[in-house]
Amino acid sequence: MIRSIQRTLGADLARDIALVCLANALVGLSYGAITVASGFAVWVPMLLSVVVFAGAAQFLFVGLVASGGNPVAAVVAALLVNARHLPFGFAVGDVLGRGWGSRIAGSHLMVDESVAFALAQQDPARRRAAYWACGIGLFGFWNIGVVAGAYAGTVITDTGAFGLDAAFPAVLLALVLPALKERGVRRAALAGAALALAATPFLPAGLPVLLALLGLLAVARGRESEVAR
Amino acid sequence: MNDPVMLVAAALVLGAGTFAFRFAGPVLRARMELGPRARHLMTTAAVVLLAAVVATAALIEDGGFAGYARPAGVLVGGVLAWRRTPFVVVVVAAAATTAVLRLLGVP
Repeated sequence: MIRSIQRTLGADLARDIALVCLANALVGLSYGAITVASGFAVWVPMLLSVVVFAGAAQFLFVGLVASGGNPVAAVVAALLVNARHLPFGFAVGDVLGRGWGSRIAGSHLMVDESVAFALAQQDPARRRAAYWACGIGLFGFWNIGVVAGAYAGTVITDTGAFGLDAAFPAVLLALVLPALKERGVRRAALAGAALALAATPFLPAGLPVLLALLGLLAVARGRESEVAR
Repeated sequence: MNDPVMLVAAALVLGAGTFAFRFAGPVLRARMELGPRARHLMTTAAVVLLAAVVATAALIEDGGFAGYARPAGVLVGGVLAWRRTPFVVVVVAAAATTAVLRLLGVP
């Protein structure tokens, strides 16, 4: 995947990013529609999409409040889902530049997809370009989708019929796959994913994914055993 | 639930908290001298998190099993990506597989 991107020009990467933006616009459309359909004013999904800009946390927040949950508890639950951005920032912090303006804007554009697109690039210039293009594109398309969905109502409420719920993990999987060629990384990722799945029935949303970081111990152990050998 | 003041406050707090998580990494990282090993560890950590997001997003819905159609689509996408199929085909094939399976009545 990395090799195929490098072989080609920027047009290919731009097209890939555009596809992800388009898919996200459709999910945004359903988010806007579902939120309004569950009784919120049209500005609620729009405000959340601009200031939070994190799909999973937004869906969770709206779902919890709509089902009569305490807003404070809903904020805490959604924050837990967003805590993974802290380690993300350590990984891609260098692409944001040194100025405070670009750091602030770049931080707000940090989502799973922009991080994954950046990590999939080896050349620093391409990393930066991929991160910003994906982040800005997603912010625009996501918000346009949400606004359209909030006004249009129930045009697309069931993204499941289009398989869009499979597109999101497939996008991330395709982007992290090249990194998994390295044995230590692969071992850590598999251990982490297994941990997250095993913990899901017992922990609130967000925590299982954070727990996956324990998979990093698999790398450390692997290194030690390699040294011992 | 539709008290506008409460909702605006909740959205702003959630937005500020999320921004704090996003901002902390780049700021802290810029203050540290990081060797190649530490940088590699951080990249690996992000890959591990994304892999966990993939696994849970593919298999879990509302704390339970998401059904067969979605993970089947993700699996098709994964196999195609592994075989270096163009990204666009990977994503469309994953969504199409899931959509067709659902059309056929697979949960």
